[in-house]
Amino acid sequence: MHDIVKEAANFINLDVMTIAYLFIVGFVGGLVSGFIGSGGAFVLTPAMMSLGVPGLVAVASNMCHKFPKALIGALKRAKYGQVDVKLGIVLGVSAEAGVLYGAHIQENIKKAFGDAGSNLYVSAAFVVILAIVGGFVLRDAWKTYKSGNTDEEEKVTKLALWVQSINIPGTMVYFKSLNARISVLFTIPLGFATGMLAATIAVGGFIGVPSMIYVLGAPSLMASATELVIAFVMGLGGSFKYAMHGLVDIRLAMIILAGSLFGIQLGAIGTTYVKPYMIKMVMGVIMVTVLFSRALMVPVYLSQLELIQKLGDSTVKVLKSTSFAIMIFALALGAFIVLKAMWQGIRSEKVALREAARHRRA
Amino acid sequence: MSEENKTTKKKPYAKMMFMGIISIALYVILLLKQDIINKYFALGGMYAFLPIATAFIFSFVHGLFTGNFWTVMGIEAARKKKEIK
Repeated sequence: MHDIVKEAANFINLDVMTIAYLFIVGFVGGLVSGFIGSGGAFVLTPAMMSLGVPGLVAVASNMCHKFPKALIGALKRAKYGQVDVKLGIVLGVSAEAGVLYGAHIQENIKKAFGDAGSNLYVSAAFVVILAIVGGFVLRDAWKTYKSGNTDEEEKVTKLALWVQSINIPGTMVYFKSLNARISVLFTIPLGFATGMLAATIAVGGFIGVPSMIYVLGAPSLMASATELVIAFVMGLGGSFKYAMHGLVDIRLAMIILAGSLFGIQLGAIGTTYVKPYMIKMVMGVIMVTVLFSRALMVPVYLSQLELIQKLGDSTVKVLKSTSFAIMIFALALGAFIVLKAMWQGIRSEKVALREAARHRRA
Repeated sequence: MSEENKTTKKKPYAKMMFMGIISIALYVILLLKQDIINKYFALGGMYAFLPIATAFIFSFVHGLFTGNFWTVMGIEAARKKKEIK
């Protein structure tokens, strides 16, 4: 506790460049979050740490910007009829439990193996989960794109049909996004896993959104919008926990929020212009790119734990810089795809409107 | 949406300006009074309500401002396909 208090007192000085940097990263993170329901956090925490913000303060401040951002994003997307509030709350509550358990595991690993052990665990979780889930999501989006059936309604997976067919009396709840009744015994572990991932790599949505799509059978647009409700529930609880220890640097959180609210509104508007498979495409591309960023750091932590030959200082520096650059690139690439798809959607709508007006006149 | 509706629909300039001014004022206070804010917000315990309440207030004000900002810029959600036809 003494360390925590010491760390809390260690809030950084803010200058114009720092404020501009946080605002821009916040904007890009918000843009991606508004579109796919999560993301951005994996860059924001290291971005703050690169400014000299202590790790725990960075995590706490990131979380304190996340829940109000998710709230605004969820409200915006609810206007478009994309949010399933009930599913979001049901998953969010079990995700909260997952966050607490995930944080507990983190603490134990840190106690047993130190900072390098904890970092290795986080990076390994990143690599394994992003490789499996990210690879699957990207493959699915790519298949849809190549098939040319991008306008067709998304098919519910066989797994989701099976989940929807199971009737466990006393546990069945109707969810409008699924248009079916499913047992909460299926949603609890999914929410829990989402929370555990959020506590480990800061982006629970990388499990939450794909599980809503492929395991429960929600359409991509509704899954990504509902993830914002989960992020709000998780973020609010997490922020309060960190704030109880005085770890939230509200200045950092609110400056990032300033940029991210511009971004999340734009990302949410973007979802109304694109075909559903684009959600999967952006998510898959970001996940697979981030995977390479974290994989580069694995040898650094292995070397610190003396599990492999010690790496030279210059090699470590190069690996760290490259990893950070790839992470920024992943976010920028996601934002670029979102903006491009949105731009194309707006243009084609304008053309359609002009055509319709001409027809009416004729 | 009919042509008439389209042309008569006003952009929320006044709302954007109003919320924008409040939002800027909040950020100015946050940065000018950061020493006092940091002192109390980092106390922990029941003082945890301070950052949480601040986050809600900022999100409400700045959220309304940014929403109106994009509307004024002409970036709005797609109209339903059936409306276009």
